[in-house]
Amino acid sequence: MSENYGIIASFPDTPSFFHAAEKVRDAGYKKWDTYSSFPVHGMPAAQGQPRSKVPVFTFCGGLCGFSLGLFLVWYMNAFNYPLIIRGQPFFSPVFPFPIMYELTILLSAFGTLGGMFITNLLPQHYNSLFNSEKFLEVSGDRLVIAIEARDAKYDSAETARFLEEIGGTDIEEVSA
Amino acid sequence: MDAAQAELLAKVQPAELHEQPLVTNDRDFNWVTDKICRIVETKTPLWWWVCMAVALITASFTGIGLVWLVSSGVGVWGLANPINWGWAIVNFVFWIGIGHAGTLISAVLCLLKQGWRTSINRAAEAMTIFAVVCAGIFPLFHVGRVWFGWWLFPIPNSNGIWPQFRSPLEWDVFAVSTYGTVSVLFWYMGMIPDLGVLRDRAVQRLKANAYDGAGALAKGMDVFRKNLYAIFAMGWRNAGNHWRNYEMAYLILAGISTPLVLSVHTIVSFDFALAVLPGWHTTIFPPYFVAGAIFSGFGMVLTLMLPLRALYGLHDLITQRHIDNMCKICLGTGSIVGYAYIMEFFIAWYGANPYESYAFINRAFGQYWWAYLMMFSCNVFTPQLFWFSAVRKNAALVWIMSIFINVGMWFERFVITVTSLANDFLPSSWGYYSPTMVDILTFFGTFGLFSVLFLLFLRFLPLMPIAEVKFVMPAADPHGHHGDEKGDHH
Repeated sequence: MSENYGIIASFPDTPSFFHAAEKVRDAGYKKWDTYSSFPVHGMPAAQGQPRSKVPVFTFCGGLCGFSLGLFLVWYMNAFNYPLIIRGQPFFSPVFPFPIMYELTILLSAFGTLGGMFITNLLPQHYNSLFNSEKFLEVSGDRLVIAIEARDAKYDSAETARFLEEIGGTDIEEVSA
Repeated sequence: MDAAQAELLAKVQPAELHEQPLVTNDRDFNWVTDKICRIVETKTPLWWWVCMAVALITASFTGIGLVWLVSSGVGVWGLANPINWGWAIVNFVFWIGIGHAGTLISAVLCLLKQGWRTSINRAAEAMTIFAVVCAGIFPLFHVGRVWFGWWLFPIPNSNGIWPQFRSPLEWDVFAVSTYGTVSVLFWYMGMIPDLGVLRDRAVQRLKANAYDGAGALAKGMDVFRKNLYAIFAMGWRNAGNHWRNYEMAYLILAGISTPLVLSVHTIVSFDFALAVLPGWHTTIFPPYFVAGAIFSGFGMVLTLMLPLRALYGLHDLITQRHIDNMCKICLGTGSIVGYAYIMEFFIAWYGANPYESYAFINRAFGQYWWAYLMMFSCNVFTPQLFWFSAVRKNAALVWIMSIFINVGMWFERFVITVTSLANDFLPSSWGYYSPTMVDILTFFGTFGLFSVLFLLFLRFLPLMPIAEVKFVMPAADPHGHHGDEKGDHH
């Protein structure tokens, strides 16, 4: 294990950044990522990443919301305190549909946001990359690829040379 | 085949279509970041303080109105038999409707891959949330004993009674509170990358500045600013992996907000349509209310964005193309609303129900003819001017017309609510409704409340989604098709 977090390299424009990502993927690195202040179209495929798992969380949230709505209406208006209103039935899945509908959406939304945080391992307020001044410029227009030292293929000299070869500039080791 | 195609194309010489770019004057990424971040990073401009003072004074009217109401009772409003739904419900529907444009822009236009929505969506979402806050005040205080307002929610209360789910008013509680909550979640999630940008810039500023001598306070403020943005940015670091999950989450939120926004005004219209009153009991209400909501919401977006564009010099980000598109949406939805007004009349006649026919003739020519005239002229005639590009290009005129739309849509809700209640089945119980001073103070104060919230948003949060604006710029295309039009990224 190296004392460094890894190596970062910058790229001059979006196409070269995109193609460099493809080359890092093809070179067999696993612990690495691209950094840009906007999402780059097609980048997940260029990085060889699978489809996001966020929809699973959305589905679970939605299912909970729907069941909760159904249960609320049955428990409150038909079981715990039945009231005769306009001669309507105490319970039916039809009339309270708006309740189930809204709760499905509400809990799906919470599931989605929560899912985004969980899949991204956020909140994570400290990360070694923030130590690099060049990395902070990603928020402006810098496009960065970082290869982490914990990658099996990582070798500080060899990886730096590789990043330079695929068009990277401002190559810098980031301390852990 | 290819050769034949090329030959044909050479023969026909099709005209090349150039779409106006979404960010004009060939700006680069740093310019966009700077332009949007400086709004919150530079010294507060004088006009902001002036507007804030005026907004606070106006907002205090709502405070006065509500204190008056709670200390005396709902009787201080102009409600009297048979009109027990007056300005309170009118204002509620008005404000909720305004919110709909925000969700339409952030969700529906996202699903339709409309790249032009990017520069206006953050402000429009903020508008949605603040409009829901203003809307919520009215039904909450209309319950009379507002300290029992929490009985609306399914929480065990001291009487052991639960909410009654067969009532559309209870559906409304769920629809509006879900709408408010999901809008906040959507707004916040969209803001996380931009909060990260503000955090990184604050860190850079702390490192760059020397803060010698009297700079202790300035440094303290900068540290505070950095920490505040850092907390809410949740450690976002613009990683490809982050964007992958973020984009999926954004797309899903857009997907679930679309049925949500349609359901909210549908359920609001059920408050009326499920009653048996002539003029309310119609199946046209849900689509008609939703179209009206979008119409009024875009009116409000124009009312807010045009002055902001001028004040902050955002002409390269909110271009003529954006204004054109918003005007066209007003034209489209305004025409749907106009069609609905006319169709209601037709159905009232065609349905051959004497009460229904009377309700509509009375609406247009009865004691509230002036309100109907106001509604019809503002909502049906005003947007028709947007057919002309000369009108759409005149920002001052568009702004004035957006005010007409706001006024017209308020009158629409007034006409629907009051005329049907004032003259129903039994002439002996007919009445006339006039608001009191308390009604007027409470309503006009909400414009102040809305402005206070919006001004705070301007001052502390990024006005536009920086990442999304960058995404629609040609330089963000990984295949280097500079100058090509790109869709929305979500």
